[in-house]
Amino acid sequence: MSVLSIDYSTQLHYLWALLPEVVLSIGAMVVLLVDVFQREDRGGPSSPLVFWLTVGFTLATAVANGWLLTVEEVVPTGMIAVDAFRVFSNYIFLLAVVLFLMMSGRYLDEERLRSGELYALILFATVGMMVFAGARDLMVVFIGLELMSVPIYVLTGVNRRDPRAAEGALKYFLMGAFSSAFFLFGVALVYGGTGTTNIALIGLTLGPEGLGSNALVVLGVAMLVVGFGFKVAAVPFHMWTPDAYEGAPTPVTALMAAAVKAAAFAAFLRVFLTAFPGIYGVWDALAIWLAVLTMIAANLVALVEGNVKRMLAYSSIAHAGYLLVALAAATITGAASFLFYLVVYTLMTMGAFAVVMVVGRRGEAHLDLEDYAGLGWSRPLLGVVMTIFLLSLAGFPFTGGFIGKVYILQAAVGRGLVWLAVVLVMTSLISYYYYLRVAWYMWFRDGEPAVDEGIVVSTGTRVALIAAAGLVVLLGIFPGELLELAERSAASLFRQPGALAGPLGF
Amino acid sequence: MGGFFDAIGYGSWVLTALLLVPLAGIAVVLAGSEAAARKAGLAVSLVVFLLSLPLWFLFDPATTGLTQFAAEADWIPQWGIGYRVGLDGISVLLVLLTTALMPITLLGSFRYIARRQKAFYAMMLLLEMGVIGAFVALDLFLFFMFWEVMLVPMYFIIGIWGGERRVYAAIKFFLFTAVGSLLMLVGILYLYFQYQRITGTASFAYVDLLQVPLTFREQYWLFGAFALAFAIKVPLFPLHTWLPDAHVEAPTPGSVILAAVLLKLGAYGFLRFLLPFFPQAATHSVIVGIMLAFALAGIIYAAWVAAVQPDAKKLVAYTSVAHMGFVVLGIFALTVQGLQGAIIVMLSHGLSTGALFLMLGMLYERRHTRLISEFGGLAAVAPLFATAFIITALASIGLPGTSGFVGEFLALVGAFQTFPIVAVIAATGVIFAAYYMLPMVQRVWFNPVDKPENRSMADLSVREIVVLAPLILGMIWMGVYPKPFLDRTEPTVSALVRFVDQRAVSVPDRVSVVPVADAEGVAVVLEEEDPR
Repeated sequence: MSVLSIDYSTQLHYLWALLPEVVLSIGAMVVLLVDVFQREDRGGPSSPLVFWLTVGFTLATAVANGWLLTVEEVVPTGMIAVDAFRVFSNYIFLLAVVLFLMMSGRYLDEERLRSGELYALILFATVGMMVFAGARDLMVVFIGLELMSVPIYVLTGVNRRDPRAAEGALKYFLMGAFSSAFFLFGVALVYGGTGTTNIALIGLTLGPEGLGSNALVVLGVAMLVVGFGFKVAAVPFHMWTPDAYEGAPTPVTALMAAAVKAAAFAAFLRVFLTAFPGIYGVWDALAIWLAVLTMIAANLVALVEGNVKRMLAYSSIAHAGYLLVALAAATITGAASFLFYLVVYTLMTMGAFAVVMVVGRRGEAHLDLEDYAGLGWSRPLLGVVMTIFLLSLAGFPFTGGFIGKVYILQAAVGRGLVWLAVVLVMTSLISYYYYLRVAWYMWFRDGEPAVDEGIVVSTGTRVALIAAAGLVVLLGIFPGELLELAERSAASLFRQPGALAGPLGF
Repeated sequence: MGGFFDAIGYGSWVLTALLLVPLAGIAVVLAGSEAAARKAGLAVSLVVFLLSLPLWFLFDPATTGLTQFAAEADWIPQWGIGYRVGLDGISVLLVLLTTALMPITLLGSFRYIARRQKAFYAMMLLLEMGVIGAFVALDLFLFFMFWEVMLVPMYFIIGIWGGERRVYAAIKFFLFTAVGSLLMLVGILYLYFQYQRITGTASFAYVDLLQVPLTFREQYWLFGAFALAFAIKVPLFPLHTWLPDAHVEAPTPGSVILAAVLLKLGAYGFLRFLLPFFPQAATHSVIVGIMLAFALAGIIYAAWVAAVQPDAKKLVAYTSVAHMGFVVLGIFALTVQGLQGAIIVMLSHGLSTGALFLMLGMLYERRHTRLISEFGGLAAVAPLFATAFIITALASIGLPGTSGFVGEFLALVGAFQTFPIVAVIAATGVIFAAYYMLPMVQRVWFNPVDKPENRSMADLSVREIVVLAPLILGMIWMGVYPKPFLDRTEPTVSALVRFVDQRAVSVPDRVSVVPVADAEGVAVVLEEEDPR
């Protein structure tokens, strides 16, 4: 079998390089069109055809994504990266989408949300994530960013009957637009300093010696950090997060916390490790302090949050802090730990939000800790899987969260950032308190007899919960395979364009 | 006998079986009915005990490396993490203590744990697996995983089946213990990186990381990170404040396992990791001074505090702090007698305090109170119970002829060789022990029977006798004829002392890491390399 070499001097090869995105875009449009012809009366069940079409196209995209692994790049400077890092991160997004599809069906019916619209928007957003994380040109990165963000703004406010959703969506939109401006300004400045928007070529231009003194580049890098900081919800750019996460329908929140954040992080990592490794000394302090602030502030605020959905929102900010540590390490180990952590993070965060969704019931009326009192005894399945997710989020041994955290710690210690590792573990310690608090409400308290009345776990949700919890434990005990994959994928990010022939294809 | 065990390859799978049987037991307990849970739990723990029993006979004291009953398999090869287990003279006794106490404790909890029995017995078995795992692990990553995973079942045991303030006690226990362990994790990773930097290979194996050459400054910091984790678990004064809460709120079986086994892990950590890994720091006069001062403070302060406790369970909880003070004293004396004394105190405390908690639990089942003032004159009503309690209390004080005496005596003799004044002050702790324990015995068992409820109190049932008899026999055995215990620990302890002494003098700056199977036991030799 001959191996296809992606050579961007041939126009058709763009299509091959973008095959997963193309498949998924077609899927999104098909879903949108088919949905128009479906009769979904208000309050009626959603159309199975639309659902299965969405599932089908998602799986087809996964296949196309896997096919990319058999493809070679001629030079690692193309506008769209064809490397293992992209394939790996794409799979993370798809995993999140699959979990979303499994858990959300009953919820959408109950909240009378039209599933067709939602699915189409989510598929479009996923295309955006893929472009965002796979692009090797700052302009394309920006296109991906917007293609991802716009559907997500809409999704946040998709429940028109809920004032919280409107508030969250508006905040998110304004802040998002604001951050996009920062991002664009950063792109412009970097372009001014280096003469190119291709991140591989920027990396070559800045070189290992670096243009540290170039004010345009330095300012541009700072702006990019701010832009990405908003998207990954790092403190102090996180203000929109709790409101947007609380306002959005819970399955959408899960997707935002997992996939959207993963995409922003993947792009963050790719841009900074490809374009700016030479000037690490310029941005390392920024990344480190952003990580420190994020870990400390988010964990402290989560301590006093009595609303479980908001608590998980802050928890997801705290996890952004841990991921920033991996970014600050800026090594292969750092990137690999980042990929591994994202997989585990997606599983445990979406799992935890799925439980919140189920317990929340109609209109998301039951989000307080009190609503979890004695839940473990009345609903053992929910109790056990939630406990597993919480322990994993806290980073306990025999869960994937532990292995992921150790991996990040390794990256930090390997970079010589021992004190940052200490901050990470001490803030994790704070997080024990609020994660365990949910556990103690579930197991140590005997709830009112009616506390679990009306909780229904649909088959899809049940399967999603069990699968996610099982994977979290499995990755905690046998992480070997995934570690290997993450390591290999991360290494692909560090292919030096300079080692090959000069810049081509532009 | 050896022939049969060789034939079935006992040595190669026993430790793995000790970990897997409790795990499988959890599945059995959960799959069965609520009513059968306690029987299933007891049966599983008995199987574990029977599996472990041959260790006592087959263990060869002369072989001091961690090579006996060893097993090894790759686990996460990318990080050099392996499933590596093995035993030496220190851990073999602690494993046996664990496996022996577990069935006793479970049998003792039959009446106390009335609800949610399936979950309870599953948690206890998970705890047993974690404890055994921590004692046998010879891979620092594996050790850490077992060390941490123990917190989860204990948290639930205190939080679900505990007393009034159980939530507070559970979370306090959890957070206190976690603080130390997380810093230890960073320390472990630091060692791992130093090893990787020097040798170019990744490994978390105990014998590999033991060879990492560390500057004094590094030893100092790492000692701090590890010592905090272990000192909290011991618990060493002033880090002991979680213990009275956890003990008082925990259900009887939780208290028993906590006191008898979990606290030993801290002292075990001192012996297994702190001394050999950071010998220069561990023998530095300032650090030794601090540790001894805390140990002394613990012995004396805990005794005084215990003396004024109205709640008998809290009293016994404080005695744990005092006893563990003797353990730390013996360890940092760094003499063979001192270390052996520390180990005997650990075993003895496991038996006597375990028995005391069990009996307080039995009193509580009868009267639903633990206040000393609620009792009185019970010796006349329940003579058998009184006898058992008094023997145990005397063993706890350290009366000659009981296990407590042997251990504390050795620890004091060992400490006297290096720090005579410290030993003299610590010896007063033995007197204080009588001062807090005997009045309690007096007020509970003697004095006139002034409460009508106490007149009809039942004496020990057959089940309770079965629970207590082995513990009391053990205390007397260890007190009258401690030789089998001393024989099993002596070579390992001597090797440890020699190893620490030798490395404390000079750790070469540049080291060629050549593992040599050292007949002295700690299977490592450091060779100096010419600085170029």
